[in-house]
Amino acid sequence: MSGKEGSGGFRKRKHDNFPHGQRREEKENVNPSSPLMTSFKSFQLELDTRHDKYERLVKLSRDITIESKRTIFLLHRYISAPNGEEVLNESEIKLDAVRRKIKQVAQELIGEDMYQFHRAISPGLQEYIEAVSFQYFIKTRSLISVEEINKQLIFTAEDREETTNVTSSSQDKQPHTWSLKVTPVDYLLGVADLTGELMRLCISSVGNGDIDTPFELSQFLRQIYDGFTFIGNTGPYEVSKKLYTLKQSLAKVENACYTLKVRGSEIPKHMLADVFSTKTELIDQEEGLS
Amino acid sequence: MLTLLQGVHQGNGFQDIPKKCQKAREHFGTVRTQMESLKTKFPADQYYRFHEHWRFVLQRLVFLAAFVVYLETETLVTREAAAEILGIEADRERGFHLDIEDYLSGVLTLASELARLAVNSVTAGDYSRPLRISTFINELDSGFRLLNLKNDSLRKRYDGLKYDVKKIEEVVYDLSIRGLNKEATGGAGFPTQHAYSWIFFPSLSPDLTGKS
Repeated sequence: MSGKEGSGGFRKRKHDNFPHGQRREEKENVNPSSPLMTSFKSFQLELDTRHDKYERLVKLSRDITIESKRTIFLLHRYISAPNGEEVLNESEIKLDAVRRKIKQVAQELIGEDMYQFHRAISPGLQEYIEAVSFQYFIKTRSLISVEEINKQLIFTAEDREETTNVTSSSQDKQPHTWSLKVTPVDYLLGVADLTGELMRLCISSVGNGDIDTPFELSQFLRQIYDGFTFIGNTGPYEVSKKLYTLKQSLAKVENACYTLKVRGSEIPKHMLADVFSTKTELIDQEEGLS
Repeated sequence: MLTLLQGVHQGNGFQDIPKKCQKAREHFGTVRTQMESLKTKFPADQYYRFHEHWRFVLQRLVFLAAFVVYLETETLVTREAAAEILGIEADRERGFHLDIEDYLSGVLTLASELARLAVNSVTAGDYSRPLRISTFINELDSGFRLLNLKNDSLRKRYDGLKYDVKKIEEVVYDLSIRGLNKEATGGAGFPTQHAYSWIFFPSLSPDLTGKS
């Protein structure tokens, strides 16, 4: 009997001879070797490989995110202190570890269309971009370019111990190099996140009595903001979402600068401050117009 | 093209199915030329970058191709054949291709359409078609049950398949209960002399899906 009893009560027993189970069998007796079933077996295989790859990439992406976040926290401890160099070196080591992960991603994507799995790796890449550009800003006080990032993501199989037995046609053409190109959108989103970190850096530097950094930062952020408003709503939807947050960060930094300016500082920095205050007024007027 | 094929739902549409399929296939010629021009609009290796833009229309086209093929031969169109009808490639290595998930989505749409067709063919007095559709859909259902689907749009659409299966089984049941299916145990799977017991004991109404 099939397992569908208990609903019919006692009358069920009267009709015991009713072939309940027969319908079940009827459903199950689909010929397992028919062409339709064989083709579906191959679909099963194909979908499973695809999903497995996707999951592996998601996992890698999460690791990249976590490591990058840690790098960013590490860099926040960099406050023109004597241990500045140390922190930078340490962050470099961390970023190398992240890049090794990205290399694995690149290996996963050999011979694949990157955009097919883009959603899996995008968050990790954005976080990485944030970390790298933050480090770059601390070093050089300028914004890292997409090309610069992509240059660091060209991997060669210098470590021989991992013998790559992946044989794909693309490898024959360019032996043992993989590269991962960051998409412009990922780059933009990463940079938008960077502004949040810079805002935190600004506030903490104020706390540390460093009064040069806030002004530098406000100038830098304003440039980025101008850049983003230049893209405006022509960019992808996510970019316009970030614009709002960016504006808040900028406002906070500008307010910090304003407070510094108003309260005055022990060390007279009038020249620099003057430049900023006039700029701020200009911006405010523009804001009033738009 | 869809409008054209909708003609089979009409009462008198069953006589000239081959003619309608022929016409539909002519329309696919237009599709092929448009696909050719679409292929030139973007770099070949960035298929998935713009995938979302043509996903839905591709799924719809797969369904139409599968529908035509089913009406002609009562078999499921293979992925390769579907790709060929649309004038695109079956696998990724050779350029603009038919993604497997899109193909499967199109096939699921076909199942809903066939459920409708089963109902309408009864109305039109064609009592054998639902039984054939039933066998076909059951096989399709088993096929899909082989797949381990992720929680995505394809899974949601697959969840709709069981309603189509149920619908068709109801049709088959209605036919068999009235003795309208000439092949006594064709697809319904239970002898008609027992079928009438449900009328006297409605509480025992059969679980038509065959699943608990």
